[in-house]
Amino acid sequence: MNPQLEIQTIAILVAISCSLSGVFLILRQMAMMADAISHTILLGIVLAFFVIQDLSSPLLIIGAAIMGTITVFLVETINKTKLVNEDAAIGLIFPFLFSLGIILVTLYAGSIHLDVDAVLLGELAFAPFNRLIINGVDIGPKSLYIMLVILILNILYIALFYKELKLSTFDVGLAATLGFSPVFIHYSLMSLVSITSVAAFDAVGAILVLAFMVGPPTIAYLVTDNLTKMIWLSVLFGIISAISGYWVATWFDVTIAGTMATMVGILFAIVFIFIPERGLIATMHSKKEQKYEFALISLLMHIINHQGTPREIEELGIDTIKNHLYWEEKFTEEIIDRVLDKNYAYIEDNILKISEEGKKFALSNYYHIVDLD
Amino acid sequence: MALSELFTDYTLRTVALGSIFLGIVSGTLGTYAVLRKQSLIGDMVSHAALPGICLSFLIIGSKNTEWLLLGAFLAGWIATIIINIIHTHSKIKYDSALGTVLAVFFGFGLVLLTYIQKIPNANQAGLENFLFGQVSTILQRDVIFMGIVAVFTILPVILFWKEFKLLSFDHDFAAIIGFSTNKLDLLLTTLMVIAVIAGLQSVGVVLMSAMLIAPAVSARQWTDKLSVMIVLSSIFGAVSGVVGTLISSSIPKMPTGPIIVVVVTIIAFISMLFAPNRGLIWKKVRDYYNKKELSTHMVLNNLYILAKNHEDPFHPHDLETICLYNNGLRLSKRMMKKELNKLKISGLAKEYEEGNWAITPEGFKKMEEIHFEGGGDME
Repeated sequence: MNPQLEIQTIAILVAISCSLSGVFLILRQMAMMADAISHTILLGIVLAFFVIQDLSSPLLIIGAAIMGTITVFLVETINKTKLVNEDAAIGLIFPFLFSLGIILVTLYAGSIHLDVDAVLLGELAFAPFNRLIINGVDIGPKSLYIMLVILILNILYIALFYKELKLSTFDVGLAATLGFSPVFIHYSLMSLVSITSVAAFDAVGAILVLAFMVGPPTIAYLVTDNLTKMIWLSVLFGIISAISGYWVATWFDVTIAGTMATMVGILFAIVFIFIPERGLIATMHSKKEQKYEFALISLLMHIINHQGTPREIEELGIDTIKNHLYWEEKFTEEIIDRVLDKNYAYIEDNILKISEEGKKFALSNYYHIVDLD
Repeated sequence: MALSELFTDYTLRTVALGSIFLGIVSGTLGTYAVLRKQSLIGDMVSHAALPGICLSFLIIGSKNTEWLLLGAFLAGWIATIIINIIHTHSKIKYDSALGTVLAVFFGFGLVLLTYIQKIPNANQAGLENFLFGQVSTILQRDVIFMGIVAVFTILPVILFWKEFKLLSFDHDFAAIIGFSTNKLDLLLTTLMVIAVIAGLQSVGVVLMSAMLIAPAVSARQWTDKLSVMIVLSSIFGAVSGVVGTLISSSIPKMPTGPIIVVVVTIIAFISMLFAPNRGLIWKKVRDYYNKKELSTHMVLNNLYILAKNHEDPFHPHDLETICLYNNGLRLSKRMMKKELNKLKISGLAKEYEEGNWAITPEGFKKMEEIHFEGGGDME
């Protein structure tokens, strides 16, 4: 494999692993927990280093993953007191643990060559330099194998606990009643998230981990309401951002991790704005249509109420009607135009009169709205 | 390290003064962030500022602090607006929107940063330090700047006091009675972004998110009143800034920002444990006394049930019989005896020979009243 292919493979592995655990993370409204974990594992790495005294040891990953779970535990503990909101609990714990990490690094900077910036920002381009050599044979970059293991772990976990995850995510109460332990699922999922974050963050930096963990599942959440589809889609969106990010980054000669995160954003923007039925354009349009439709019916009801009464000329006169509807002038004109266009009403002696068709339309909708039937 | 050096040592005084201003600004706006469940907005804004800093450097071409801050503010502000749009126009939850925008903006900022580093211009070095700021490098002009920011963020809070209060506690009601909640939301969020950006350069990303949350969380435990909470929160922010600075200057190599975070978080923990009313310790004490009072009542109730079920209501019973009606509350015989003695002292129960007990007419009357209020018989 050439380095290009290696980097892309690692990126795809990271994208899939993160998207998989990310789906459940965002469904449980714990997206920011991923952010918290990606910060606190610094403390885990530092503490594990004090014990192991070797910066290249894979045991550091375990130390970091344990710290991730401890973070979750601490946040949960504070949550349980009900003294603060969940978001505040997260925001209280992670700067604290992260600061402890930085203090330790700075105080003992002589003995640890740990660059905080490098840990947080990460650079995928360097991943191929760190090779896995077994019996003197170079079998590829180390992070590729680490990420492969992590991916398999993610797939196994979700395959094994799919129904438990689904149930405890959507109906905690029912899950508990049926005898599944929501606490077990919660902590096992969060441990998986921290292991995945740690391993991925070793390869691509904390920010890309967060981008891949929260981004693709959020896009998929926009597209579908079906959990299985959401998982597949978020994997797909993850891969698209990874590959496109890589090529854009090489094109402009900029950071690969950052570009991938940017591509997640661009993908999100496209889906968010343009997706049919629930995209920004579609919802704006349907909201506007609803407003017009409602105004149209209101106008027709207004005509029905006043037609043939002594105040007809005042209430329904084409020049005076706007004083009674309390709408903006332009809007009133637009609605009157629409009513005339659709032949729901006509003008006679400068007075708006309802047509048979309009009466039928208004009343059917009226009963529909007020539900008199 | 003597406290008096705070007033004589120039650098220390500058840093302390800066921390006080920062504490006031972040304490005030952090209160609203915490109350409105937007605590993590500080974390988001401080990360999202990076592309703004880079773009402003690309356009201006120098590391002029004011321009960089303006860029940071605009980027952070746009990020908050985008989150609001996502939140209001789709089913995406607030936290997912926050996480996505944070990561995407920061990632894009890194792209710009690496792009800038390729430009043959020696000027760009240390641009990223802007994000990871250092409290110990606060200069006098930073203090003046923080002072100005403090005035311009606190003033609107005072002017829109009742509007912001209503917005934070009952958003729907504010909208119904005719306040323009969209505009007020925007104003409050803008102030929060200003506060975060202003502190960012001197204290860095992580400290800024802590400074917004921890003082407000601490203050919340001590009071239920918004005005008191804001004042307390400002004080906690300022105090932790000063204490952190003192610790960092007395321990060699101790980084100032992180130690301030540690101090402010410890204040929050202490508040959550010891604050009267809400504090966990007081809650435990209260629970203990409640439980004790409950057991006394339960024993009296047992005597009452026995009395009702016998022709002679004041016929004494032995401990075993009284224990039969335990109503879910497991009391040992020893505890039972203790409770009975308590009842005896208050004249509600009477001890007969051989450790037999019965309710007194007073006790019977009291239980009748309780059951009457409760609206039914207890079995």
